[in-house]
Amino acid sequence: MTTNEDATVGAQFGRAAASEKVDEAVMELRNVHVFYGDYEAVREVNMPIASREITAFIGPSGCGKTTLLRSFNRMNDLIPGARVAGEVLYHGVDIYSSDVDPIEVRRRIGMVFQKPNPFPKSIYDNIAYGPRVLGEKKANLDEIVERSLVRAALWEEVKDKLDTSGMALSGGQQQRLCIARCIAVNPDVILMDEPCASLDPIATAKIEDLMHELAAEYTIVIVTHNMQQAARVSDRTAFFTADVDAKGVRHGRLVEFGPTQDIFMSPKDSRTEGYISGRFG
Amino acid sequence: MSAVFTPIGEQVKQDLQDTGPPLQDRSFRWVLFGALSVGIITLAALLIFVFLEGYPRLTPTLWQNMPSIRFPEKAGAQSAIMGSIWVIVTTAVICLPVGIMAAIYLEEYADPTKRFNKLIEINIQNLAAVPSIVYGILGLGVIARALALGQTVITAALTLSLLVLPVVIISSREAIRAVPQSIRAGSLALGATQWQTISRQVMPAAVPGIATGAILALSRAIGEAAPLLLLGAVTFITFNPDGLMSSYTVMPIQIYNWISQSREEFQVLAAALCIILLGILLVMNAFAIYLRNRFQRRW
Repeated sequence: MTTNEDATVGAQFGRAAASEKVDEAVMELRNVHVFYGDYEAVREVNMPIASREITAFIGPSGCGKTTLLRSFNRMNDLIPGARVAGEVLYHGVDIYSSDVDPIEVRRRIGMVFQKPNPFPKSIYDNIAYGPRVLGEKKANLDEIVERSLVRAALWEEVKDKLDTSGMALSGGQQQRLCIARCIAVNPDVILMDEPCASLDPIATAKIEDLMHELAAEYTIVIVTHNMQQAARVSDRTAFFTADVDAKGVRHGRLVEFGPTQDIFMSPKDSRTEGYISGRFG
Repeated sequence: MSAVFTPIGEQVKQDLQDTGPPLQDRSFRWVLFGALSVGIITLAALLIFVFLEGYPRLTPTLWQNMPSIRFPEKAGAQSAIMGSIWVIVTTAVICLPVGIMAAIYLEEYADPTKRFNKLIEINIQNLAAVPSIVYGILGLGVIARALALGQTVITAALTLSLLVLPVVIISSREAIRAVPQSIRAGSLALGATQWQTISRQVMPAAVPGIATGAILALSRAIGEAAPLLLLGAVTFITFNPDGLMSSYTVMPIQIYNWISQSREEFQVLAAALCIILLGILLVMNAFAIYLRNRFQRRW
């Protein structure tokens, strides 16, 4: 896989064209706003997340992509003052409803972070941690660890050193370890926050290949700054930008959402077109 | 083939010429070194003096025999050494769990924007600076008398626990804070509860830092004399403590007792016991440094 610096990104799509309408949604955002204290970081987002597809969030820095992504599994709860208004529906259930357990939400909606964050433990324990806290029997752990590492395309590289520290792996391996750790608890949705931001092109290509394979079983939402990456890996793309209001405050906003090929080849909004062709952002 | 350079080469050579650091740099360096020397030289002089003075009496009788005010040649400090061990172990058992749990609460659960928590925070900082004799008065009034625990090992341990608790809390908090947020996020994103995240990820990663702080706090407690002067450690004790409710004395107090005797031989005894106390402190601090280096992590 090459990194195409050419502005006409449309050339490389990695996925078959998605249907115009989302047939089967796993999640849906209805009128979602995200606040940090009084500051409204993301404004009025409405969109579905299609089942077993890869949805990419693109847009310039500071447009609230990551903030929005973190509201998908209530990771924003950890930031003091963060608040979500509107409905984040997961199979029809609003995950911000008062009778929903955020722990259970996060078990089903996993997350891979921008900077690889393996635990300071062995490779084996990194993978086994999730199943262990969920009460998995010890006898099943070996199998889960192997299966997760195989699916994350890391098994061959680490099978002989499962007891070495996860921190000793290269950046790309660490990120695949984090993906393996995530799939070890068998989530329904995997959120990826710029998973390749700190990786070189070869490691990036491995992660992208992996995403294609995982999309057969999982629903993936990925935030990326790399438009070529969005074109290569995603079925649908959401383009965000930041509006500046009368007081000069920036608010993230969803501009356009649709099948990736439509967003890149025939965007309906002039701002999307400007960003895609590199004139803006 | 060697490259051809542009003709400004001579100028560059002159500009890059190393003429040593400017005078200001050199003189300031010496001032700083001088400041450091004051402490080092004083400490070295003290150690050498104590060692020369006490060395002749650094014999097994010192830890095999009990104190005596009549026969300095037979006097030992076993009751004081055992007393110090009793007091310090009891102090550790009391203050470490309390201090570490308080630190976990402040770092992981308390909302730092709440005024109540800010108040607690400022108070802990201030408590660390309260003179130890004040804790002695508190121990005498509240623990020895109001709680009627008397002048016993447990009273001393409770008082010393209060004394070093702020230090334990502050150093434990720093160790817990040093665990990167990304570890917590990674754990929570897998569906772990907050308690699982703390007990299985944060605490194991923070243990070396906590242990280091704890040892330093305890080595402060083992050298304390002032609060224990008020708490009955002064009494002349010729037996080892046999329980928490036992009378006791400790090494710093025994040193104080011997120093205040008029006969020359007791001065030597005091110096010899100083060496033992310093030795114990050195071992504790060395262990703390070892822990810190052994488990130093790169995130």
